[in-house]
Amino acid sequence: RLATLKVNVWTLLLTVTVCDGWLFDGFAARRHSESDEVALWPLPQKFQTSVDAFRLSSASFQIVHAKESTAGPSCSLLQNAFRRYYSYIFGNGRKHGKNLENVFDADLAELQVQITSADPECDGYPSLKSDESYQLEVNQPTAVLKAASVWGALRGLETFSQLVYEDDYGGQNINKTSISDFPRFAHRGILLDSSRHYLPLKVILANLEAMAMNKFNVFHWHIVDDQSFPFQSRTFPDLSHKGAYHPYTHVYTPADVKMVIEFARMRGIRVLAEFDSPGHTFSWGKGQTGLLTPCFSGSSPSGTFGPVNPILNSTYDFMTRFFKEVSTVFPDAYIHLGGDEVDFSCWKSNPDIQKFMDQQGFGQDYRKLESYYIQRLLDIVSTTNKGYMVWQEVFDNGVKLKGDTVVEVWMNNNVDKELQNVTGSGFTAILSAPWYLDYISYGQDWKKYYTVEPLNFEGTAEQKKLVIGGEACLWGEYVDATNLTPRLWPRASAVGERLWSDENVKDVGSAYDRLVKHRCRMVRRGIPAEPLYIGFCPHEYSGN
Amino acid sequence: MPQQMSQSTDRYPINPQLLAFSYARDSAAQSGCSVLDAAFERYFNLIFPDFVGGTGLSNIWSEPKPFTVSVKVKNGECDGFPDEGSNESYNLSVSAGQAVLKAESVWGALRGLESFSQLVYQDDYNLYFVNKTEIEDFPRFQFRGLLLDTSRHYLPMPAILKTLDAMAYSKFNVFHWHIVDDPSFPYQSRNYPDLSSKGAFHPMTHIYTQSDVKRVIYHARLRGIRVVPEFDSPGHTQSWGKGQPDLLTSCYKGKVPSGTFGPVNPTLSSTYQFLNGLFKEVTSVFPDSYLHLGGDEVDFTCWRSNPNVQAFMAKMGFGSDYTKLESYYMENIVNITAALNKTSIVWQDVFDYRERIPMDTVLEIWKGVPADYRAELGRITLAGYRVLLSAPWYINHISYGQDWRNAYTVQPQNFSGTEQQKKLVIGGEVCMWGEYVDATNLTPRLWPRASAAAERLWSDEEKTSSVDKAFPRLEDFRCTLIRRGIQAEPLFVGHCKHEYSGL
Repeated sequence: RLATLKVNVWTLLLTVTVCDGWLFDGFAARRHSESDEVALWPLPQKFQTSVDAFRLSSASFQIVHAKESTAGPSCSLLQNAFRRYYSYIFGNGRKHGKNLENVFDADLAELQVQITSADPECDGYPSLKSDESYQLEVNQPTAVLKAASVWGALRGLETFSQLVYEDDYGGQNINKTSISDFPRFAHRGILLDSSRHYLPLKVILANLEAMAMNKFNVFHWHIVDDQSFPFQSRTFPDLSHKGAYHPYTHVYTPADVKMVIEFARMRGIRVLAEFDSPGHTFSWGKGQTGLLTPCFSGSSPSGTFGPVNPILNSTYDFMTRFFKEVSTVFPDAYIHLGGDEVDFSCWKSNPDIQKFMDQQGFGQDYRKLESYYIQRLLDIVSTTNKGYMVWQEVFDNGVKLKGDTVVEVWMNNNVDKELQNVTGSGFTAILSAPWYLDYISYGQDWKKYYTVEPLNFEGTAEQKKLVIGGEACLWGEYVDATNLTPRLWPRASAVGERLWSDENVKDVGSAYDRLVKHRCRMVRRGIPAEPLYIGFCPHEYSGN
Repeated sequence: MPQQMSQSTDRYPINPQLLAFSYARDSAAQSGCSVLDAAFERYFNLIFPDFVGGTGLSNIWSEPKPFTVSVKVKNGECDGFPDEGSNESYNLSVSAGQAVLKAESVWGALRGLESFSQLVYQDDYNLYFVNKTEIEDFPRFQFRGLLLDTSRHYLPMPAILKTLDAMAYSKFNVFHWHIVDDPSFPYQSRNYPDLSSKGAFHPMTHIYTQSDVKRVIYHARLRGIRVVPEFDSPGHTQSWGKGQPDLLTSCYKGKVPSGTFGPVNPTLSSTYQFLNGLFKEVTSVFPDSYLHLGGDEVDFTCWRSNPNVQAFMAKMGFGSDYTKLESYYMENIVNITAALNKTSIVWQDVFDYRERIPMDTVLEIWKGVPADYRAELGRITLAGYRVLLSAPWYINHISYGQDWRNAYTVQPQNFSGTEQQKKLVIGGEVCMWGEYVDATNLTPRLWPRASAAAERLWSDEEKTSSVDKAFPRLEDFRCTLIRRGIQAEPLFVGHCKHEYSGL
């Protein structure tokens, strides 16, 4: 395939130029070549570049709507993106090299962005079906970015900004380039956990920025769990009032949630909220009396509580009202319902539950009780017209699922078998098992994440198509605002390229060289992405 | 945790408007004492992080009462530098309306002010209180260090200064500045400017100028922290070679130079002239009486390949024992340091050549698991040398979970040896090597994990033997650090009243 060949030739070339003088060579001795500064991440599907370079003048360069575009100045999503990428390219209030004498033959005057679909989706939300493909032609005097919708345009703008490099005089340059790009997987997510530790809004927003720099498109918001319930519900205000770490300082108000969703939308990122039950719900019980199962010690209640009580009608009434609200707050077509790691010991201890088990004929199989609960919950959520995602146990336990259910595979034993089973049953799957980024270790563990091949399981081509993507998960036991960002980036970038680029883009050596620069680019854009190994960035992180 | 402390539930309100630090009449240090004047200002802000002036709500509830922190220092040392002999002991007595802090030196007074600041707390109405308290405190070990590596990654000045701030909060007293190494040479030398102009990652942006170094030393001094620089040789010197031709050994491939370089060339007199010049400068720039000379991990393959080195070996009668050559080199540079009236610290590797190094040399133990470092502690102290322990505190090695517990449960004097030998353990160091660390992740990786080691080095071992009892205190302390602007990472699930608000 020609496309792949091009990619390989290019990465080879990149490796050679990049290895020469990035790490240890003295600055003075460093040879400068045009492609030296360019490090695309994730690597586009097809592209060609030449040594012809054009200069970008901060005074006159513009990003504009193409005449033929179906979007125009009223498309605020693009207007904002144009400004954002202009700032990334030229820096905020940085001095510009516009007084330099002519070094190159010509300037690149503008980037024209052309949306080709009748509906550019300016005011829409990105979805699983969004078309993120784009074509980018950089040539004098105008570069043209074509995309069916704004979602592809956003990806193309990111790529364009990564093509621009700074010369030794501080001027901005770009080479003649031709790119045709699209994602390998439609679901490319990052999970953040705002329950084990509360994450201030600022941290969430910064990570949405970083996600866009890495072409991620799903923010999986594990918003509540055992430890705290920071989501402020309009219908059940006591949930956060009593279940958050602090009822005012450690909550997400409706306005906060709106802001996250809008900030994400502007970057082509879906916000997928997870309200995990029946386990992982300890904090729910504080503000919703009677929701959790009272655990028994012998024949009397022990005063502690277990998972959601699945035998009461009040439970399902609550869930109906609660998810009705959730489904209106979060515009995404999917809700993540969790369903993982249910501990049966409390259910077992409770005589009412035992009675219910008998009535239902479940015997001693508490998985059946769990399935009973999940089944009813799924029916409730179905009435809100949302699709749902669940952790793999729900599938494993044989719960009857709607055809469009997405099963998230997270258990790191028998991943291949699980993917085979899930897709074999006709369900779509998302892979997160190899990408639990909260598990840290000494050294360059990004390589481990990078070399995962999601489709390496046995199955038909049809089955493989059912794997729609993956997620890097940063669970919050040991993570809060103090260490989240450097722990996530650039390690998650490795996952980002795996999910976007062609499967043949897998050379760790060339990835290293590009990723070193990409991390410096993130640092320069204000994201404290940690180093991969020894070395430096021309512009180091300057702190908080 | 202080050595002796008793507290009662009697509490006294402190009104930010009416808190005053003062020098006791019979104190050797008085107003104008740079160290303490600065400390008073600093600790006022640390004690009242949200104080913005104006009248607080506090006087609505109660008649405001003045509170005085009176400091008495026996010997001034206001303008001096902390050093190995510095006395850091202090007594602190908190009663109604006053705290009396007595110390031998300003360095002890600084430790006492830190303790006082940690005693003050806010109630649910944000009013400040301190309980009736008596503290008698002194450090268990004289040398409580933290190593930063500015060669593998350049650390901008704010990152270093912030680390010094945080060190003071944990009562660390030595900043071991591993300033240069193979990857880069950021120290800008007065006498050998090419070292950094050619050996730094970037000659202008990735260097420490003389005034940067001064600023670090000054910032550290005001916090009672010594700055011990390390100029590691003969290995770990690739970056030196760029600005100092002929310093490094030229490696050979067969009979011809391969174009690569190995450790410092120990056979040339020009080498020692250069090192004499460099160390003369370094010892005048860094006031501390110690200088770290490195001496670790020397790879002999390049020396072996070089015919001139081989000839020198033959001439000296070293046979093919390259450890003798290394020892010859180390002896020479330790003597240079001694002639400059400085005490040398070297990594434990150098102990194998002990016949050649002065008895006042300090050996730093960095290798191995507990069994190994205990054996080393026994072996080296038996020979009568003083030792520093850093092996269990390489906190650049990260892992999932609460690894601070390992750092906490270290027993630095738990090795077989006499009482005399145990006394030769002068302290320890937390090392944050820089392979995977720069300004983006340094602070959360250091804190509060380093604080666990700090307690081990300061506090009584028996009184602090329980990790589980340390856990809630360390959790609180990490929130204190955050309140003070240090982005210390969490120990486990939970929250701080005031979360970190940066990125």
